[in-house]
Amino acid sequence: MAHRKLFPGADPSNLWGNARGGSDVASGLMPIDKPSQAPNRTPSGGAAVRRVSVAYRPARGAVVQALSEVSLHATAGELLAVVGPSGCGKTTLLELICGLREPDAGEIACAPAALMPQRDLLLPWLSALDNAAVALRIAHVPKARARARATELFAELGLHGFERARPHELSGGMRQRVAFVRTLLSGKTLLCLDEPFGALDAITRAEMQSWLVDALRREPRTVVLVTHDVEEAVVLADRIAVLSPRPGRVVGELDVALARPRSRTDPAVIALRERALGALGPDLGAPASVERE
Amino acid sequence: MRRRLLVLLPPLALAAALFGAWEIYVDSGDVSAFVLPAPHTMAAALWNNGALIWSNFLVTAEEVGFGLGAALVCGFATAVAIHFSPLARRAIYPLAVGSQAVPVAVLAAPLVFWWGFGMSPKLVVIALICFFPLVVTMVDGLAAVDPEQLKLLRTLDASRWQVFRMAELPAALPAALSGTRIALAVGVIAAYIAEISTAGTSTGLGHEINADLASLQTARAWGATLVLFLAAIACFYTLALIERRLAPWAYRSRGDRR
Repeated sequence: MAHRKLFPGADPSNLWGNARGGSDVASGLMPIDKPSQAPNRTPSGGAAVRRVSVAYRPARGAVVQALSEVSLHATAGELLAVVGPSGCGKTTLLELICGLREPDAGEIACAPAALMPQRDLLLPWLSALDNAAVALRIAHVPKARARARATELFAELGLHGFERARPHELSGGMRQRVAFVRTLLSGKTLLCLDEPFGALDAITRAEMQSWLVDALRREPRTVVLVTHDVEEAVVLADRIAVLSPRPGRVVGELDVALARPRSRTDPAVIALRERALGALGPDLGAPASVERE
Repeated sequence: MRRRLLVLLPPLALAAALFGAWEIYVDSGDVSAFVLPAPHTMAAALWNNGALIWSNFLVTAEEVGFGLGAALVCGFATAVAIHFSPLARRAIYPLAVGSQAVPVAVLAAPLVFWWGFGMSPKLVVIALICFFPLVVTMVDGLAAVDPEQLKLLRTLDASRWQVFRMAELPAALPAALSGTRIALAVGVIAAYIAEISTAGTSTGLGHEINADLASLQTARAWGATLVLFLAAIACFYTLALIERRLAPWAYRSRGDRR
C-alpha cells in the first residue's frame, strides 16, 4: 500500500475544481467541448466521459456504431483500465479523450492527455534519449535541457546505458519503455495507454507490467489503460471498466482494492479476473468481429 | 578490403565477357568498323583523344551538376507544395506528368531565344527532365509517414510545421535520395539531348559524340560514350553511399543489397 499515498487526491470532491477554459486552455488543455455548452467541471488530471456515442460512416457499407452511451471517469492519480473484446471501440475511446476525435453525442471533460499507442512509433533517426525527449523539443525546450531531463528519467526508470541506442537496436520491451518515457515527458497529467504491451511476448509483458507499476509509483499520473487482457487490467488497475462487444457499452465496473505489487497467482487477483470475465458475458468465447484498432 | 574486391569481381567479369564477345564478333569481319568499332579501337581512340574527351566531359558534368541542382530545388519546392495543398496537387501533378512527354526539340528554339547560346538553356532542359522523378519520389516519401505517428505527435502538441520537420522531412529523405539517383542517371541522357538539340553548342560529350558520328569518327564517339557510361555508374554508387550515410535507418530492414 506504500505507493498509494503518492497518488494525490483520493477525495473526488477536490478533483473537480478547475472549470474548463481560462488558464487551463493556456496550459495546453485541448478544446474538446463546444463552447456553447454549459461549463464543464474538469477534474485536474482526471478524465470524464459522459454518455458518449461514436459511429463510423464508411464510404461504402453500413454505419458502424463504435461506442454507445459510454460513461467513464478516472479521478486524478487513478489507473483506470478499460477492458473489452476486440473491436469494442477502445481505441476510439482513447482518441476521444486525447482530443483526436469528436463524439457524435455526449460530453468529454479531460485534462490534457498524451497517447501511448500499441506500436512504439519511435522515430528511427533519433536516439532513444531524443525520442523520449521529443515532446520537450516540441515545446521548444533547448536540446541540452531536454536531454538532461530525459537522462534523469532514464536513470530513474532503469534505462540507464540505452540513451544513445537507436530504436532498431532495442528489444520490443525496451522500445515500449522509451515510448512510455516519451509519454511521461509530454508534461500531460493524463496518459492514455492503448494496449501498450499487446505486441509483446508473455514474459516480456509480465516484466513490463511490473516496470509500469514501479514507474507510476515514481512518476504518478492519471492513466487510462486500454487492454483486452483482463489479467493485465487486474494486475495494474485501481478500477476496471468492462466494455461490451460493438457497439461498446460499459457493462460493468470493478474496484481493485488490492495492494501492489500484485501477483497474478494471488487468489484475490484470480477472483477479480473471474468477475471481470463474467462481466464480459457468455459471448466471450465467440470469435471477435473485425478489429478496427 | 578483400571483401570489397570480391564485390567488384562479378561486374568486372561480366563486363570482360561482354567486351570479349564484342571484340570477337567485330574481328570476325561481319560488321564495318564505321557501324560498330571493336573495343580495342575504341580504347585506342579514347587514349589518343584523352584531353579532348576529358575537357568535353567536364562541360557535360557541369551541365548535369547544375541542372540536377536546379531540379532538386524546384522539385523539392513543388513536392512540399503538393504535400501541403490538395489544390496544388490537383493543379500541378497532371502538368508535371504531361511535361515528360514534351520532346526537347520543340522547346529548344524558345529556350535559346530566352537564354541565349550559353549553358543556361541546357540546364533548363536537364532540369526539366530530372524534375519529374524527383517530384514523384519526394511526394511519395513525404506521404509515407505512418498516420499513427502523426496522431501521436498531435497529442504531444506538435504544430503542423513541427510534424513536417520532425517526422515527414526525415522520413522522406531516403525516397528523395533514391529519386536523386534516378534523376542523375536520366540527367546524363538529358545532357546529351540538351547538347544536340540547342543551337550553337560546340562543347560537351553529347555534342562531340554527335559530331564524331556525323564525320565517321565512330571509334571516338564510342570512346566518349564509354566515359558517359562509367560516369553514370560512378555517380549512382556515390549517391548510394551518401544515402547510407545520411539515412542509415532505411537500410536495416532491406538488408545489405547494394
